[in-house]
Amino acid sequence: MSWSDKEPMISVRNVHKSFGDFEVLKGVSFDVMKGEVICIIGPSGSGKSTLIRCINALNDINEGSILVEGLEVNDPKLNKLELRKKVGMVFQQYNLFPHKTALENVMMAPIRVLKEDKKEVETRARALIKKVRLEGKENAYPGELSGGQQQRVAIARSLAMKPDVMLFDEVTAALDPETVGEVLVTIKELAEEGMTCILVTHEMGFAREVADQVYFTDQGLIVEHGPPATFFENAKDPRTRQFLSQIL
Amino acid sequence: MTQRSRSHDAPPKKTDMAVMLPVKRKAHDPFRLKLTPWHGVFLALVCIFTTSYGYATTAPEVDSIRTVMLRWMPLLLEGFLFNILISILSMAVGTAVGTMLGLAQISLMPPIRHSSWFVTQFFRNAPWLVLLFFAMYLLPFEFTIAGVTIPFPDWIKAIIGLSLPVMANVSEIVRGAVLSLPSGQWEAAESLAYTRRQTLWLIILPQCVKRMLPPWMNLYSILTMATVLASIVGVSEVMTLAGRVLAAEDGRTDLLAPLYSFVLFLFFVYCYPIARWTVYLESKFAVKG
Amino acid sequence: MELVYEWFRELYQTTGINLPFIYDSYDRGRLIDGFLTTVELSLICLFFSVVIGIIGAWLQGSSFTWTRRIVNGYIQLFRNTPPLVQLYFFYFAIGSMLPRVETEWGGQAPMLGSFAWAVISLSFFAGAFNVEIFRSGIEAVPKSTVEAAESLGFSRFQIYRDVTLPLAIRVVLPSLNNNLVNLVKTTTLAYAIAVPEMLYESAQIWSDNVNVPEMMIFLLIAYFVLVGILVWGMNRWERALKIPGFGS
Repeated sequence: MSWSDKEPMISVRNVHKSFGDFEVLKGVSFDVMKGEVICIIGPSGSGKSTLIRCINALNDINEGSILVEGLEVNDPKLNKLELRKKVGMVFQQYNLFPHKTALENVMMAPIRVLKEDKKEVETRARALIKKVRLEGKENAYPGELSGGQQQRVAIARSLAMKPDVMLFDEVTAALDPETVGEVLVTIKELAEEGMTCILVTHEMGFAREVADQVYFTDQGLIVEHGPPATFFENAKDPRTRQFLSQIL
Repeated sequence: MTQRSRSHDAPPKKTDMAVMLPVKRKAHDPFRLKLTPWHGVFLALVCIFTTSYGYATTAPEVDSIRTVMLRWMPLLLEGFLFNILISILSMAVGTAVGTMLGLAQISLMPPIRHSSWFVTQFFRNAPWLVLLFFAMYLLPFEFTIAGVTIPFPDWIKAIIGLSLPVMANVSEIVRGAVLSLPSGQWEAAESLAYTRRQTLWLIILPQCVKRMLPPWMNLYSILTMATVLASIVGVSEVMTLAGRVLAAEDGRTDLLAPLYSFVLFLFFVYCYPIARWTVYLESKFAVKG
Repeated sequence: MELVYEWFRELYQTTGINLPFIYDSYDRGRLIDGFLTTVELSLICLFFSVVIGIIGAWLQGSSFTWTRRIVNGYIQLFRNTPPLVQLYFFYFAIGSMLPRVETEWGGQAPMLGSFAWAVISLSFFAGAFNVEIFRSGIEAVPKSTVEAAESLGFSRFQIYRDVTLPLAIRVVLPSLNNNLVNLVKTTTLAYAIAVPEMLYESAQIWSDNVNVPEMMIFLLIAYFVLVGILVWGMNRWERALKIPGFGS
């Protein structure tokens, strides 16, 4: 919580990751300061998702170092619980627990994992559900909610763990176009409140609006990065320009 | 992005990147485990362990367990062959009657449909052993047709008793397979002016055979294992013979484990390949839909 | 009550249909005991076979090859050999190897009685099927849902208890139902080692009264009703566990 503003909150250094013979990440490095919003863009298969999954230790890395608030992720003796208290993650497929209501989904981890008091957690969970504008849906099961609604529950579920950083892995990619907006609004509000966020996204307009830094990855490397204004207007690398011309 | 392409790109493309290929699962699935060395070793170990246990505690003047087992093995094998004979005959009778019953369950005439449904459910929910007793005690030991007396020995009654649950299960398999076919098949045949009987025999049933084969084989395996129940009602199959061997050897308790292990082994060797084959067929037919 | 008993005695004298388990207090007692023993045996075996199934499925997910092999060996051995021979093997072969214990009257008795051996043998038999059933259910739980729980800091055990198992149970209920019905029918095998269950007591009654047809019909109806009650109960449970938007 009280991480200083001077040191990078997340420091990724020379990360290599292979699946079998295929090297997905070929030495990636970047820093994220407290309160920063980072967007990672790039073509499919460039290793974006793998990168943020590594930050949450869902994939282990072969080489390099990832420091999250001083915690080394690439350490066999890593206390994963400590890491995951600091880092919240939202997935493309929402991945809510289908047998629990929206409220229960949000409450489950703080009660089970953090062993917090049930009453307190419930108050917080209800507030979070209100925050993601799902009042009245507390007792609905995920199967009864739209994709956008489920994704907002998933965001609330992560926030209930009071993380310092939020990772968003293409959270709008599986949504119907008309529900994309409501999820992006929620994320934008979070960013404006000063939450440190790392987003993997295909929503260029959104990246431009909320990001402090935009990173472009291709074939397992960071090709180029910069503040959105310069990045989108004056991309230097031909690969970046080609990608942007295809997408915009 | 590799994660995503792995789960969402529907048609598997040719690629030399290992990560793009579907994840190969380890040999998690017990059905896919090879029979060869491992299970054999395990069983052999059980036999050897129990045998040597007995051997160590046997007084020197009595025959060793190995000698005793070798002496009786031919008899036990013969008994086991009788089990297989019973299973094949029961399966034949049960399948024949069960198919009729199953077709009656999809009859268009409500009384036939309902009564055959009831018969099926009744025999399906009854324990096999009770049905075996049922046949044993309630069938006459002989019966007379036109002056000719036909004897009805116990083993024939056992076959009938075991074929009752087989019949009920086959009936369900047939009904399930016919109902699982898309109704478009019936409609297409009807539009081509086939009669109901022709549709059933020429179009529906041939397609059903494939679907019925795996559950039918599974049923056969269950039936084979149920043939030992006949020992309870006194038919001279392998378990009965094992009991007699024991009596002939003055009821030595150290013989119990090797004897029963041997019987377990016989059934395993017969039934396990059937189970593996069933699973193979299931997966093969499942792919073709 | 006396009137009812009298009526059945009349029935015997006039028609020859002999139902002594209704009018004769001794036979009635035997049959009720047998019925209760069947119910008790079924319930205890149901419980243990489900426990074995859950533990076995858990062990099958183990990363140790040998743990998985042993579980697989157990499943294949018990599925592909006759349950009756298994029962004999447990009761006679293993039972005779166990030390004998002093009874309170100074005599010698086997350590475990026939009822206990029936429980052990039948539980392992039905358990082998349950392992398979639970494993298929666990495989039906999406990996991504498990990952979401992982990223919320759940431990492996917590994930199994709070996410995987509740979802798997719902998937497997129909096949579990089927297997438990089979288990109830299989309890009749305990007859062979003289456990005084319903079939055994009925056989006693018919050998005393020579009324085989009546007892047979009674038995068929009794098991039909028992199985019916179990199926009804399981279907109710299935409906109670149904969650919107999950499963069919």
